[in-house]
Amino acid sequence: MAEKIVIKGLTKEFVTRDRVVTAVKDVDLTINEGEFVCIVGPSGCGKTTLLRILADLETETRGDIRVVHSDPSKPLNSMVFQEQSIFPWMNVRKNIGFGLKCRRVNKRIIEETVERYIQMIGLQKFGEAYPHQLSGGMKQRVSVARAFANDPEILLMDEPFAALDEQNKIMLQEELLKIWETERKTVVFITHSIDEALTLADRVIIMTSHPGTFKMSVDVDLPRPRRIAELRSDPHFNRLFTELWGVLREEVYKAKANEGLTINDDEFHPDHSQTLADESRLVL
Amino acid sequence: MAEKEPAVPQTAATDPGGEAARSVPTSVGIERPVDTPKKAKRRDSGSGWKGLLGFLSPVVVLILWEIAVPLGFVDGRFFPPPHAIAGTFWKMTLDGTLFADVRVSLVRIILGFLAGAIPGLIVGLSMGLFRPVRWILRPVISATYPIPKLALMPLIILMFGFGETQKVITIALGTFFMVLINTMAGVLNLDKIYLDVAKNYGASRRDFYTRIALPGAMPLIFTGLELGMGMALLLIVAAEMTGAVSGIGYRIWAAQAVFKTKEMFVAFIMISLLGYLFAEGLSSLQRRVIPWKQL
Repeated sequence: MAEKIVIKGLTKEFVTRDRVVTAVKDVDLTINEGEFVCIVGPSGCGKTTLLRILADLETETRGDIRVVHSDPSKPLNSMVFQEQSIFPWMNVRKNIGFGLKCRRVNKRIIEETVERYIQMIGLQKFGEAYPHQLSGGMKQRVSVARAFANDPEILLMDEPFAALDEQNKIMLQEELLKIWETERKTVVFITHSIDEALTLADRVIIMTSHPGTFKMSVDVDLPRPRRIAELRSDPHFNRLFTELWGVLREEVYKAKANEGLTINDDEFHPDHSQTLADESRLVL
Repeated sequence: MAEKEPAVPQTAATDPGGEAARSVPTSVGIERPVDTPKKAKRRDSGSGWKGLLGFLSPVVVLILWEIAVPLGFVDGRFFPPPHAIAGTFWKMTLDGTLFADVRVSLVRIILGFLAGAIPGLIVGLSMGLFRPVRWILRPVISATYPIPKLALMPLIILMFGFGETQKVITIALGTFFMVLINTMAGVLNLDKIYLDVAKNYGASRRDFYTRIALPGAMPLIFTGLELGMGMALLLIVAAEMTGAVSGIGYRIWAAQAVFKTKEMFVAFIMISLLGYLFAEGLSSLQRRVIPWKQL
């Protein structure tokens, strides 16, 4: 398969008032076209930073990123954020169609696309509803639909289901599998759950903590289409789980030992809490 | 780290609208809207006892007042009994002075309000969106905002004389600052995640204005409009103190000169009524413009 994302020696340092924090260090990574890759690591390992760099919301300090943009008529990437990120002032339809609208896509096509994804996530009855009328699971569905509807070449997902309860998480994972198995986009999916990674991914990448760097890559050769209930009892799934946990556990302990030094993912982005003005200056 | 915004007085540092909608605890797993209409709660004018008591309390005050005047507890020269005020109200309605006063003042208020609110909105959005604009304008705003608009009136009179312009400008000035400061705060209070989303999804500069900043800041913009409206009512009375021959404010000053306190009270009632109507108008507009905000 063709290479889609090639990352070489990627390093990201954040300069705070009195020191330099290395969030990501010398990451080498290649992701192929149509591959579903999960990145797993202890919290604070810079996974989110890596994703934000891929999403162009952050710039790397050093290193080289090459992303192949094969179809210029499509956006390169769309991100699904961990936190509540659908616009409170737009109803479900407008939220899902946001990316298309920004790209000035034909109105009729927007409507059709929105309709299709609203069906897919089962929110037909909530098209006109505003986010405050939705449950957490529904909001995250909209967020996922917004990204898919934008039809990007690469989907970037930053722990999209982390804030959900178990039932909702499984349902959304199933929906994601269903959608992805029909569209086969390149996906980079961040999670701290091995379970989730094995359920979804073609390949799991483990990152070390503090600073975050590439540790190992494991192919998940479980057949598709996958059914979550069956996966859980699959002996191979369990073998992979044990293997990955063995590796990850070390990292989690190391992260714990470094607790004082570790910075949680949110704090990793000094400008995350910056005002609109600062950000928009970069944008506008 | 969040940038400190100390210079401009933050009248708007109350609840940044969007927050409420975002932090609503959601019952995950239950696939139905969490929202239920809360009209009764919101309006605080529910049926039954609450409504009855709310209606009765002013009535009781009026009755007490009515009784207190002949009994000598209240000086009727300053506080004419309600029935006498009602009589004057009726008389002024019949001879058309009341309507004329209200119309004249209303035109001044609306013109002044628009002349202040629209630039306030534009400057506020730009200051919220662009750091350089904020850097440049903030000192000017900080320096001029605390000056009471009443203190500026003599200058305005020197510049524009005693015409309509003077009154409109006085009101516009008061409204301008209220709307500006709240609009800016509304934009600055927007959660940065929405900008990340907008940027990631390829929003243009115009999209940033019309799809993100303006709607996102809308709750606080309305706070600014409400405060601006209050300011306009306050300033109309002051602006009509001099060089006016009609208007509600003029009526109050004219009544004072000839000790017609009844007419004064009629004017008070009209101002109160106007304030109430403006507030109602704004809040119904708000419900239409901000359907996404959980009230």
